[in-house]
Amino acid sequence: MPYLEVKNIQKSFDGEKILDDVSFSLEEGETLAIIGRSGCGKTTLLRCLNYLESIDTGEVYLKGEKILDASYSKKRKKEDSFRRHFGLVFQSFNLFPQYTAKENILLPLSLQRKYRQKSGIMVDENSNLDEVVLGLLAKVGLEEKKDLYPSQLSGGQQQRVAIARAMALSPDVLCFDEPTSALDPELTGEVLKVIRELKEKTRLSMILVTHEMAFAHDVSDKILFMKGGKAIELGAPEEVFASKKEETIAFLSGYRHSNPSE
Amino acid sequence: MEEFGQVTLKLLGGFSSSVFLFVLTLLLSLPLGLLMSFGTMSRFLPLRYLSRAIVMVLRGTPLLLQIFVIFYVPGLLWGFQWPSLSTGNAYFDTTFSNRFFACLAAFSVNYAAYFSEIFRGGIQSIPKGQYEAGEVLGMSKGDIFKKVILLQMVKRVIPPLGNEVVTLVKDTALANAIAVTELMFQAQQLLNAGLIYPIFYAGAFYFLFNALVSFALRKTEERLAYIAV
Ligand SMILES: Nc1ncnc2c1ncn2[C@@H]1O[C@H](COP(=O)(O)OP(=O)(O)O)[C@@H](O)[C@H]1O
Ligand SMILES: [Mg+2]
Repeated sequence: MPYLEVKNIQKSFDGEKILDDVSFSLEEGETLAIIGRSGCGKTTLLRCLNYLESIDTGEVYLKGEKILDASYSKKRKKEDSFRRHFGLVFQSFNLFPQYTAKENILLPLSLQRKYRQKSGIMVDENSNLDEVVLGLLAKVGLEEKKDLYPSQLSGGQQQRVAIARAMALSPDVLCFDEPTSALDPELTGEVLKVIRELKEKTRLSMILVTHEMAFAHDVSDKILFMKGGKAIELGAPEEVFASKKEETIAFLSGYRHSNPSE
Repeated sequence: MEEFGQVTLKLLGGFSSSVFLFVLTLLLSLPLGLLMSFGTMSRFLPLRYLSRAIVMVLRGTPLLLQIFVIFYVPGLLWGFQWPSLSTGNAYFDTTFSNRFFACLAAFSVNYAAYFSEIFRGGIQSIPKGQYEAGEVLGMSKGDIFKKVILLQMVKRVIPPLGNEVVTLVKDTALANAIAVTELMFQAQQLLNAGLIYPIFYAGAFYFLFNALVSFALRKTEERLAYIAV
């Protein structure tokens, strides 16, 4: 039984099929890179997994337990608000501008504690949330920036804070939606480095949508190549990059001469 | 000189009513405006259209007319009398007339309508990503609004809100129309008694008060400068 199993997901907007029977699976601690042209449905797939969009058909299982299907509307079930299965790092960071780096990470943690207490769930009163936050900031190398506001951080630093924040609720799978696309080229390296370190030093399972082909090749255990809402390729990086399929070759040739980052 | 002292006292008395009207109107119309803005954005269509209609009427008719309607019409139709209130407190002995309360009601709903449009614009200008970040982080709808959206909205609406607040300072003079004993009322009485300068003196009161209000608004804006929105 795979750790995460995504089965036959379909999603239409205004009668147009945006996700057409997408399936993949992931083992714990693995990283799946999703590649494909702009508009092929990568963001939509991540949004569905993160309950930001509903799906039309299909199922998602985590450790054998069903966590998403078509009946699962945006009104989440109570218990799901306590256990976020997925975390999401947005392309545009989406930090809260009125809070410092530290406060951005602390907010979801302290609210989660409040919700649990309200529902009579035992919480460990002694666990110090401040320490948890500092630990998360250390993972992205930004402890000394903890009291700065997003407006005082570079884009790369903002995205690193966003990564720490997305890990705050210990998601089972952390999703990244083109985490470096909104950054100046000289800032992408520091974000990719953080993701690489997470991959190497933690058992975090990750789904990474990216246009950084060299990085996807290096860091992922599996690659999913999508086109027009369909999964065209799913396999180990070497297999996908050596694929003989026409559309895969055509897509990858667009990147042939681009510099591998980092 | 003795006369100047008496004029000053009289104007100060009127000015205190004007300030009460101003402050109480703000205290009532800001939350009411926020509620109205929720109404105008509601997914429940009857509520949305009703709220929008009310806002349109309140913005589309003169405040002076609304003051008359609120003061006279309930009495003529249903015999309703606006209450008056004497505080009778040793430190704070003031009487608020029924006219004052009618005016306060008219000002509050009228300004709430203007504020609601400003709030609606402010709320709708917050990027969708802020809500989605909150959702993905397991925050409840209420907490997303209170902890994430509200302060960003406040920061965005301060400039347009400030314009309305400055207008409100001047609009308090309209209370004179139903003989609330505010600053204009007193100045007019003195004018009728043949004294010309108190009307300019009263102008100085309004002007200085507005300078103070503008200063406070600017300080608030500076305090929120760290929020980049
Ligand atoms: N909320 C929506 N309503 C209608 N169409 C949408 C919506 N979200 C995405 N789409 C469409 O779905 C397609 C895939 O979008 P997206 O998932 O963002 O692609 P990618 O992330 O791969 O660039 C696009 O054609 C886009 O216009
Ligand atoms: Mg996208």
